[in-house]
Amino acid sequence: MKPKSRVVRKAKEAGFVIIFLAGIGVALGVLGVLLASLIVTAAPYLTPTLITNYANYQDPTRAGYAAAIAGTLWILSLTLIFSLPLGIGAAIYLEEYSHGGRISRILQAGVSNLAGVPSVVFGLLGLLVFVRGLHLGAVVLAGALTLTILVFPYVVITAREAIRAVPQSIRDAALAMGATKWQAIRRQVLPAAAPGLLTASILAAARTIGETAPLIVIGAVVLQTFLPYGPDSPFVALPVQIYAYIDLPGPEWQGVSAAGMIVLLLILFAFNAVAIVGRNRMQRMRW
Amino acid sequence: MLRSLVKRAAPKAVVPEPEVLQVPPPLTLVDVEDPAIESRNLSVWYARKHAIREVNLKIQRKGITAIIGPSGCGKSTYLRAINRMNDTIRNCRTTGQLLVESEDVYGPNVDPVLLRRKVGLIFQKPNPFPKTVYRNVAFGIQLHYRATKEELDRVVEAALRQANLWDEVKDRLDDSALGLSGGQQQRLCIARALAIHPEMLLMDEPCSALDPVATAKIEDLMFELKKVMTIVIVTHNMQQAARIADHTAFLYLGKLVEYNVTRELFERPTQELTENYITGRFG
Amino acid sequence: MRAVGGANADGTGAPLASLEAKWVWQPGETLVRTLLFIAAAFAIIATFAIVFALLLDTVIFFGRVSPLDFYTGTKWSPVIDGLYGVLPLIAGTLLIAGGAVVIGIPLGLSAAIFLREYAPARVREILKPVLEVLAGIPSIVFGFFALLLVSPTLKAWFGADYFNATNAIIVIGIMVIPIVSSLSEDALTAVPTDLRDGAFALGATRFEAMGRVVIPAAFSGIMASFLLAFSRAVGETMVVLIAAGENVNLTFDVLGPMSTLAGDIARKATGDLPVGSDLYRSLFAVGFTLFVITLLINLTSDILRHRFREAYD
Repeated sequence: MKPKSRVVRKAKEAGFVIIFLAGIGVALGVLGVLLASLIVTAAPYLTPTLITNYANYQDPTRAGYAAAIAGTLWILSLTLIFSLPLGIGAAIYLEEYSHGGRISRILQAGVSNLAGVPSVVFGLLGLLVFVRGLHLGAVVLAGALTLTILVFPYVVITAREAIRAVPQSIRDAALAMGATKWQAIRRQVLPAAAPGLLTASILAAARTIGETAPLIVIGAVVLQTFLPYGPDSPFVALPVQIYAYIDLPGPEWQGVSAAGMIVLLLILFAFNAVAIVGRNRMQRMRW
Repeated sequence: MLRSLVKRAAPKAVVPEPEVLQVPPPLTLVDVEDPAIESRNLSVWYARKHAIREVNLKIQRKGITAIIGPSGCGKSTYLRAINRMNDTIRNCRTTGQLLVESEDVYGPNVDPVLLRRKVGLIFQKPNPFPKTVYRNVAFGIQLHYRATKEELDRVVEAALRQANLWDEVKDRLDDSALGLSGGQQQRLCIARALAIHPEMLLMDEPCSALDPVATAKIEDLMFELKKVMTIVIVTHNMQQAARIADHTAFLYLGKLVEYNVTRELFERPTQELTENYITGRFG
Repeated sequence: MRAVGGANADGTGAPLASLEAKWVWQPGETLVRTLLFIAAAFAIIATFAIVFALLLDTVIFFGRVSPLDFYTGTKWSPVIDGLYGVLPLIAGTLLIAGGAVVIGIPLGLSAAIFLREYAPARVREILKPVLEVLAGIPSIVFGFFALLLVSPTLKAWFGADYFNATNAIIVIGIMVIPIVSSLSEDALTAVPTDLRDGAFALGATRFEAMGRVVIPAAFSGIMASFLLAFSRAVGETMVVLIAAGENVNLTFDVLGPMSTLAGDIARKATGDLPVGSDLYRSLFAVGFTLFVITLLINLTSDILRHRFREAYD
């Protein structure tokens, strides 16, 4: 048998690393170009009126996102109010109470399959059940309920990781003191999992903010010239408004939508930064 | 050649059955009157594994009883059966009787939560909550009682004093318990258990993660505590058992082999298996 | 059981007896457990709601347009011609998603290998957040990038249309990189290290250990990540809606416009659609088709992942 050349083998290895580094370089370059072009395109429209003006499809210099930003905040708050207790509750059940039997496997499969449903399908669900079925109309509440179902599996998955990271010894210690199961969870497990649960919440928030398709399908308004006044108010969300501007012909509208994206990305980066810091702090914690 | 490695990974690792030495019928050479804890034909299974096999044992009130044996002999399982901590393990099944103060804790109408208030458990690895020293000790009291701040302060201080920890931590009550040394953490866990005034204390190799100085402090503490409560300690350290225990039980493969007054057991073992173990021929 | 406390009143312990015992509401535990179970069952409830909601109008729609015509028709022109042939949408979906994973899988997998095997800790610390940020960018931004940068390039180099399928293929390909890389990295990490060390002990280079031992051992886990990426690409809506355009005919011309299932739902639902019209109901039939396709992919992915987990737990 002829031995393979050591040089060839080493070269293969080095080749892979070089190709990969080049790949990373190109990818980071592209990402940089994208961000740069986004900022350049958006620059002329990054004015205070961008967030104080309402939608305007005639004059790009007077177009803004006031209703959209307010709408996104409304949707976000309601979605989090609904989805966090529900999702964290489900995570607690799956991690602490279920025993890996058939029922728990069905419940878990339900969560992972729901996570794989395309977002536009949630829009159809929301359209049929909330907008038409419950006669809510295309209002904040309908949008928030739709997105609640959408982010629910993400909350469950991330919250389960946070709860799983709490060492078993903490539970044992509490139970050995005569705590009931729920007392051990509420007083020791959940506080210890708090940083991870924070991360879970922020990731859910980031996802809620960026979702567009379901809100388009349930019929968010794209020409709203008043701030949403409550859960029963018609609404437009930030990404929906951005899409409405993209659809208009002409580079000036691209500028307006790019400026909207900068606002969207700034909000998201802020959320993500908090999530990463929170998680790092959690990881640094030693038991 | 490399590919064969992949194939080998697929089947699950098969744990070989331990080499079964002949376990003789149990020999109990000490009669404990009015035992605080008594097991009658106690058996524990994990799924299909028979971890404890029909153990009969009477444990002396206000004394220290040590349970020794090689790893995997079921000594921790036996300990956890006493305050029903095994309930938290899936597929764990218990038969026979375990009497605490003459009441079968596996009988109907027994609330394991109430049982555990009465029978404290100290774990092998110190497991303070990731909270302050004060909050650790206060946890049990706040679980079970409505206490004002002053009352709480008093109970926390008393528990820390009883665990010989007060002088070391009185200025760091609001620091994280995770900042204490291993020995201090373990005494904190003892203080935490003492705070709710258990009648019995189960200790699962409490010193195995500690250095000799910290171990000595805990042993001193146990001598003081045995004046007021029943202590059962699981240890693989035979010197420790010899130093502190009044009675010692030797468990092997889930069965009780020999149970006697500690000095008798170590100086005049009657079973060959016991002698082999305490002279270090296996284990 | 005897009352708690008092048994060791030795003077050192503070008198617990003087404290007021807390009253524990016994059914509380059961109630909490029940509530948590309902929360956990929410996913199942939602899944049934989705199936029910989609089927309701789909069944009525199939009463008007036969499923045979729907699934074999090659022209999707409901508004102008009243033709409901969904094949152009299915073909467009599979083509765009397939093209996207052809781009995303090699990049994502090599990122995973690099992160797992080669990257020094500091590079990892930078690269992982970058991938996470990439995963967190909303799809509308990617759609805009497709239109702003990819489309003009394709037009200049290949004479592509302004709206074209390749826009979406490239951009969705980039979008699925983080999915592939993070899930494949998990799969690679799950392979026991002694297996890897075994290969090293036989004199393998890291590259060979990866290629011949670790990757084959993690194969089903990696495949699961590929399928999940494919499913995500199939369901991607905004990028297609913004950058791929609309085409009523069955076409394989990736330089021209193309419609997909998800994109078309969002496009048609935008307007004030009369409830109960055939077009309105057709959205649910398209949605149902999309749901079934992604469900099948996801289930396959789940099965692979379970098989993988079983091998190493």
